[in-house]
Amino acid sequence: MKLERIIHSLDAVVITKFMSDGDEIEWACATDLMSEVLYYSKDSSVLITGLTKQQAIRTADIADIRVVVFTRGKEPDTPTIELANEKRITLLITPYSMFTACGRLYEAGLRCCPE
Amino acid sequence: MDIKDTIEGSFHIVGGDFSRAGEASTEIKSILQSLGFNKEIVRRAAIATFEAEMNIIIFTTAGILRYEITPERIKIIAQDMGPGIEDIKLAMQEGYSTAPDWVREMGWGSGMGLPNMKKNSDEFKIDSVVGEGTTVEMVIYLDNTHS
Amino acid sequence: MKVNDLRDMLSLQVLTEGVSLDAEVLGGYVSDLLSDVMANAKEGDIWITLQTHLNIVAIASLKGITGIIIVNGRRPDEETLKKASEEGIPIMSTKESAFEVAGKLYKALNV
Repeated sequence: MKLERIIHSLDAVVITKFMSDGDEIEWACATDLMSEVLYYSKDSSVLITGLTKQQAIRTADIADIRVVVFTRGKEPDTPTIELANEKRITLLITPYSMFTACGRLYEAGLRCCPE
Repeated sequence: MDIKDTIEGSFHIVGGDFSRAGEASTEIKSILQSLGFNKEIVRRAAIATFEAEMNIIIFTTAGILRYEITPERIKIIAQDMGPGIEDIKLAMQEGYSTAPDWVREMGWGSGMGLPNMKKNSDEFKIDSVVGEGTTVEMVIYLDNTHS
Repeated sequence: MKVNDLRDMLSLQVLTEGVSLDAEVLGGYVSDLLSDVMANAKEGDIWITLQTHLNIVAIASLKGITGIIIVNGRRPDEETLKKASEEGIPIMSTKESAFEVAGKLYKALNV
């Protein structure tokens, strides 16, 4: 699914952007627990999380996840935004809950990566 | 990519220091990337190292993260001065965690750390003495054909 | 839809014993952060998580959560299941991920 479709489906605000609208994201990973991100994700994934902290950015970076979505309209603090810029991670905020965000992306055809 | 000798280094990890959590692993990842290893190898090594680093930070007072890179393999050794693990088999179970609640609220403690380290390495060895500490050794073999 | 309809739809495994699956599912909540659930989950929500420790039962009880779906094939220990049975909170499990479960439930609730 193209990045622009993800942004659109989630009515997301773009905080940092290091990918083009037309870039493809293959998989979704929705969790608040960082080890789960590391266990289940593949690259070319979008991480959807309620852990709206630096840890999410660091973990995404280690796992080669280039797009992170914070849920519930939670605005990240300055250090988190700085880290996203440093690591060149595209950071989005969706006003929706994790449940709704997953629902909308699932409806749009995105799936979770297999183990 | 062309390594002739062993490349090695180490990092001191301070227990409880979440502000710097991931720094050592990120550094090691950069080193591997600059050596031109293929993406998948770098990712596996980064994940295994990161989990090892987080375990030291979450559960112990301090530890050392060492890396040894030869043309054949990457070896990561995580040695800590923590409480030790009483039941290693239990600790290796997916989802089993001894992390306190506040750690879970920080996004850790899901019980996947050790399983993650094993999953991402080709060889995995863990030794622990209760009251003294734990040492984990992980080896990832290098496949040079896909660089 | 009721909890047992959801169970059927997602082929969930029911882990608690003797707990009614008759309650109506009004919504879904996905979170692994207990503080988050405490702040935002609504009565009648199904809670989708991979947290398996004892605290999840107390929180589910407090918030009037209809049931808990544990994802990624995780399993709570016996103590947690026992407490859940006592509190009348059904705990079900699935091998699928939170994303998939949420996706399917969202679709079912929004038809």
